[in-house]
Amino acid sequence: MNIASKEKPVKLAIRAKQLNLWYGTFQALFDVDLNIKKGMITSLIGPSGCGKSTFLRSINRINERLGYVRIDGSVEVFDQNIYAPEVELVQLRKQVGMVFQRPNPLPVSIRENILFGHKIHNKKSGNRQQQDEIVEQALQQVLLWDKVKDRLHHKATSLSLEEQQKLCIARLLPVKPRILLMDEPCSALDPKGTEAVEELIWELRGKYSILIVTHNMAQARRASEECIFMLMGKVVEHTPTNQMFVTPAQQETADYIEGRYG
Amino acid sequence: MLAPSNLSSGCDQAFDQRNLDWYIDKAVQVVVFMGGISAIIFIVGIFLFITKEGMGFLIDTLDLQEFFGSPYWEPSDEDAPEYGILALMAGTASVTGLAMLIAIPFSLGTAIYIAEFATGKTREWLKILVELLAAIPSVVWGFIGLTIMNPLIIELFDVPVGLTVLNAGIILGLMAAPIMTSIAEDALKAVPDRYREAAEAMGATRWQVVFKTVLPAAKNGLLGAILLGVGRGFGETMAVLMATGHAVNIPGSVFDSVRALTATIAAELGETAVGSDHYQVLFTIGIFLFLITFLINLTADLIVRGIRKS
Repeated sequence: MNIASKEKPVKLAIRAKQLNLWYGTFQALFDVDLNIKKGMITSLIGPSGCGKSTFLRSINRINERLGYVRIDGSVEVFDQNIYAPEVELVQLRKQVGMVFQRPNPLPVSIRENILFGHKIHNKKSGNRQQQDEIVEQALQQVLLWDKVKDRLHHKATSLSLEEQQKLCIARLLPVKPRILLMDEPCSALDPKGTEAVEELIWELRGKYSILIVTHNMAQARRASEECIFMLMGKVVEHTPTNQMFVTPAQQETADYIEGRYG
Repeated sequence: MLAPSNLSSGCDQAFDQRNLDWYIDKAVQVVVFMGGISAIIFIVGIFLFITKEGMGFLIDTLDLQEFFGSPYWEPSDEDAPEYGILALMAGTASVTGLAMLIAIPFSLGTAIYIAEFATGKTREWLKILVELLAAIPSVVWGFIGLTIMNPLIIELFDVPVGLTVLNAGIILGLMAAPIMTSIAEDALKAVPDRYREAAEAMGATRWQVVFKTVLPAAKNGLLGAILLGVGRGFGETMAVLMATGHAVNIPGSVFDSVRALTATIAAELGETAVGSDHYQVLFTIGIFLFLITFLINLTADLIVRGIRKS
């Protein structure tokens, strides 16, 4: 379990220390200690209800919109405790972007979706030409530009699910986040869409620290460099992906990977 | 008795057996169908009745130019009665307009607060209170206009009469606000939560979430709510009759007394001889009102339906 200690000191994107989390009286996370490295794709796997989404959603504190969430311990994002009382959620969320399970573009045009975050975080949002550049750049990065460049003023909700999910990734980029959280980003997509979005995520490796929750073990294996296995709100194992799938250290991990439960 | 008699057909299970349940089902279908179409039948019936009473006069005798263009409403003049509803339309329009100026900010503000900001008990209580306000009979509002607002306006603004456009506008605005709030809140509730979540995750503040995401997404529903308020304003009778002062007059300011179309019908219909010109012209006003409110409500309904589909 103590894999972190044997590592050389590397720059960490996210460090969770003794993180406990309750929804009302239900405890969803138990003493989670995790060190997630900068610039890497880390996947979180585990059966439904194991707390992987909860952990993900506590890194940009979006969990708190529910109102009955209580937390103990700390989460550091680039060495700053994000649960410190002086933390401004707006600033945190500028650094930590999130992609949801179901594509959720806003019911405005493709262009306005891309510019939404940019306009919120920049008092001067630039002239038309600068905005056009931002839109093009973001859409280029998610390989969507050629498909949608002639219909930037169409409603984003008219795109296919795969394109919507790519748009949801693209709209995070103009704000220049350092971490991207992805909560089962492909589970609403068909196999082709899944492949396309996975490829895109792989493309973004290195530029962003990416933490991706997935139900799909093949996906974790294909599309991540490190892998975390969680069970019943606890971290069981955190190792490089190929190591986890070849020689899991814990019996529970082996059982899950082989499909004995989950 | 109702017991099915064809049970005697023995053990061979015929598929055309009709048991008691079948008859109950048929009967219920018929009853529900009657209930469903009765509303439509009644409305069509009312429309036909009003048309029958007013249409003959509308076609044969009425000078439409005078009807819509003249500000003189003197139906009881023995020698030359005049039937101009311009002043009455101005009365209805001014009171409704002022009412909307008051009701729109109040109702949208309340709806936004209830739907987006209030939580738990506060929200539940507010919703109950709004529903309660919507249920106050209009004659009670008229009573408030007559006995509370009237002296208040006279004293505050130092004017001779308190039964004015201002008085009726405020009363009507307060009357329309709860129902508008209710519908506007439904429209805000109908905005999927994932839009809010998406905007919040991108770092939007709560106000930005409401202003940039929820309101644009709900704009059709909100417009529908406003239009229903306007429809309510046009159709309201009793409170307007009591609070406007009921004087035929094209208002020059909010401190003038006016008379509304609806109030005219309510006040005069009982005193006219059935079938007389005066009686028939009141029905013509009825047709006019019916068409306007029908159009407003239809538009509102189509707009609200529009959002549900998209």
